[in-house]
Amino acid sequence: MIKKIGTQLSLYVVVLLFVAFAVFPFYWMAVSTFKRNEDLFHVATDPTHNPYLFNLPPTLEHLTQLFFETRYVTFVLNTFFVGALVVVITLLIAVPAGYSLARLAGSWGEKLGIGIFLTYLVPPTLLFIPLARLIALLGLQDTLWSLVLIYPTFTIPFCTWLLMGFFKSIPKDIEEQALVDGYSRLGAIVKTVLPLSVPGLLTVVIFSFTLVMQEFVYALTFLLSVGKMTISLGVPIALVLDVYRWGPLMAATLISSIPVAILYNLFLDRFIAGFTGGAVKG
Amino acid sequence: MAVVETRGLKKYFGKVRAVDGVDLIAHDGEFLVLLGPSGCGKTTLMRMIAGLEPPTAGDILIGGQVVNDLPPRARRIAMVFQSYALYPHKTAFDNIAFPLKAHGLKRDKIKEKVEWAATLLGITHLLDRKPRELSGGERQRVALARAIVREPTVFLLDEPLSNLDAKLRHAARDELKRFQRSIGTTTIYVTHDQVEAMGLGDRIAVMHEGKVRQIGTPHETYHEPADTFVATFVGTPPMNLIARDRVIIGFRPENFLPIEIYSARDDLVKFHFHVRRIEHLGSDRLLYGSLPGKDDLSVIAKLPLTVSVNIQEGRRYEFAVRAEDLKFFERETGLRTEAQPL
Amino acid sequence: MEIARKVHRVGWRYLLDRERLLSTLLISPALGYILLLIGVPLLLAIYLSFTNAISGHLEADFVGLKNFRTIVTDPIFLQALKNTFIFTFVSQLIVLILAKILALALAKSFPGRPILRFLILLPWVAPISLTTLAWDWVLGASNSSLSVINWTLRAVGLLGPTDWIYWTAFPESAMAAIILIHVWRMLPFATIIILAGLTSIPQEIHDAATVDGAGWWRRLFEITLPLMLPIVAVAVLFGVIFTATDMTVVYILTRGGPYNSTHVLASLAWQRGIFGGQLGEGAAIAIFLLPLLIVVAILMLRLARRTEVT
Repeated sequence: MIKKIGTQLSLYVVVLLFVAFAVFPFYWMAVSTFKRNEDLFHVATDPTHNPYLFNLPPTLEHLTQLFFETRYVTFVLNTFFVGALVVVITLLIAVPAGYSLARLAGSWGEKLGIGIFLTYLVPPTLLFIPLARLIALLGLQDTLWSLVLIYPTFTIPFCTWLLMGFFKSIPKDIEEQALVDGYSRLGAIVKTVLPLSVPGLLTVVIFSFTLVMQEFVYALTFLLSVGKMTISLGVPIALVLDVYRWGPLMAATLISSIPVAILYNLFLDRFIAGFTGGAVKG
Repeated sequence: MAVVETRGLKKYFGKVRAVDGVDLIAHDGEFLVLLGPSGCGKTTLMRMIAGLEPPTAGDILIGGQVVNDLPPRARRIAMVFQSYALYPHKTAFDNIAFPLKAHGLKRDKIKEKVEWAATLLGITHLLDRKPRELSGGERQRVALARAIVREPTVFLLDEPLSNLDAKLRHAARDELKRFQRSIGTTTIYVTHDQVEAMGLGDRIAVMHEGKVRQIGTPHETYHEPADTFVATFVGTPPMNLIARDRVIIGFRPENFLPIEIYSARDDLVKFHFHVRRIEHLGSDRLLYGSLPGKDDLSVIAKLPLTVSVNIQEGRRYEFAVRAEDLKFFERETGLRTEAQPL
Repeated sequence: MEIARKVHRVGWRYLLDRERLLSTLLISPALGYILLLIGVPLLLAIYLSFTNAISGHLEADFVGLKNFRTIVTDPIFLQALKNTFIFTFVSQLIVLILAKILALALAKSFPGRPILRFLILLPWVAPISLTTLAWDWVLGASNSSLSVINWTLRAVGLLGPTDWIYWTAFPESAMAAIILIHVWRMLPFATIIILAGLTSIPQEIHDAATVDGAGWWRRLFEITLPLMLPIVAVAVLFGVIFTATDMTVVYILTRGGPYNSTHVLASLAWQRGIFGGQLGEGAAIAIFLLPLLIVVAILMLRLARRTEVT
């Protein structure tokens, strides 16, 4: 009994240590967001000034500064603009592709699916130079359209793979029943497969959007003007450039990270299934 | 109402010959059962008739028209899948209405027809439930209602009773048969259960390895099997087969009885039967044993309760079969051949 | 019969019911996108690495191996190549060990597990450019006198009253900081994947082994670990790709400094190719990521094939 409590306790200690490590920067974002500048920028040699605590009453000044004196709102709007369009493009292309691989393509469907998934591994850092040239050729440099065009290159492969798995889990009978019941293949997809795939479609929406939120390299390569920047680029590169920038900066990172984290967490199990693919079939 | 016909129908999956040249006719209003073990090609055959699987070769005719190039929706068929394939996101009403919506029927016309089908199957009280709120038997009825609502020319049923428990299956079988008779639609029914096949079919097509081995009434397939496969697949326990010279002799376990019970007039073929084990099944006794000889052939005898001869395990008895109950098959091909003197 | 079929052959009305045609139609936009915007650029990257292309000018001359000859004698490139390996190898080794421990701890269900799982996942989910910025502030990379880490180390006596850690001022500490952030970020990802693998091992197998008389260690080494090998491999392969090709951490934390000592291939390629406008040279540097990518892709395929068989 005592041994059991002991293991339980050590389990908690291990997990909590990891949690502390994982959460510390976020805790620090939160502390920095609400601390007054005099409290925040106190030199670290003073042992009496504990930086973990609020030595002065908290303040909202960094938040008001962030929203009213910086371009943060512009970054947010840009991110949503790009995110929404990328989500739409991804759905329009990955849904038919995933369906085709799952149902129609036959034996080479699986192989093609793996092939498409592997292209997800091709990193932006290998492609940004030729793509910069392509974007220049199309006259899209320093426009949000450059991101709208390029971001689907990493959302489509992964989402096609995710949806392929999802469509496979929908019984084939149901769709064939619709065919017999008088619908064309497309009609059957729209009337039976899509309504049953709503969770899968939502996963794709969330996943594409979070990838757009996280992307840095292409944005850094294609965008120049501050007014065009997305959150992940604008906040670290161009939000506030003076010495006292950390308050609003940390406020921006906190506000931008947490909603994404919550959304992502809701669909976690599906993403994991996507990443592990066949390997967990067991 | 329509005749369904296949001519030289083949379906190969790579090297596997799932259906290997099937010629079949289901007459107008007939209840035709495709019977065979799993993997014999019966479901593939049905899927080709439905248009869900393109044939490798051959033709499918419905109502005299070649439908090879028509998609399922243009064939005027209805199909009930083994899983029932109810749309889980729709209520029973919407499930039944779904084929009608495909035809663009008016709303009140749809309502009228759904209610007609629901009444016929006695499920009017279930119409606003979702499939997951229905029992197995209720789901089956919804699936049937959805199949008839469009008044198709052909019904295709793929083991629709296999998901029901044994008791329910009996009642459902009877109901299905009466129902089919009353609406008189040509029906093709796939099953691996020979009892179901015997009970339901006007005719049975026994399939094995992609080929139809025999088409006939239940009586014919049981009493006059066309080959050794049909002989052993239809009937439980299966027909006893013993090799003799160039032929194989077959006889049903219920025709293999103690010599005492026959009358002197009977033309009998006698065997020594070494009984190894006895199973008491209530209405019958099953005797497992062998015919002593150079290779000790295993055979089974089935004695009805009315045969009260005392029999014990481990003993030898004199058993016999009426000569007319012996079936002869060619040893090489397994095909039926004429009676031969023993 | 032939005539009958011809009469009833129905043309365009059922065109979309032909499965092969429909599947080709449905898949082609995705294939087109991938070919045009991943396949072609990949080839273009290889081509550019053999040219003297610079940004702003569309014409470029083929210069053969000149770019490669330049960079292999460049100590900054060699350092970047080395760093890419060090960062990837060290961080993935640490991640693997820690993730294993954490996954085993999280495998048991206990009160509060969902919320703890959420918290542990945060580093992977939050945008890396923003969290690197937060680490910059925590470590005091750009303001070491304000670092909470420095204050804490001093408070517990690990740092003398006049000592400082200037995290990004020296190559060694800067590299340590970069590895720390990579570990911090990839740990949740590896943990969650390994956890998925752990929970996918049926309890019956454990029970059967226990009945057969296997102790905890024996079960760990003879059942849990071998069964989890494919899933651990997946976690490692993804970890390697994500870490080796990442330039965000280096770019935001050190910009490759001090004295170009912390550049990785990706950040150096960006520095030369985009910032410096030497597209050819930048492409040549980035190309060195390609062999790694091919190796990982092959291993992934093998893994997929192996799990297919079982």
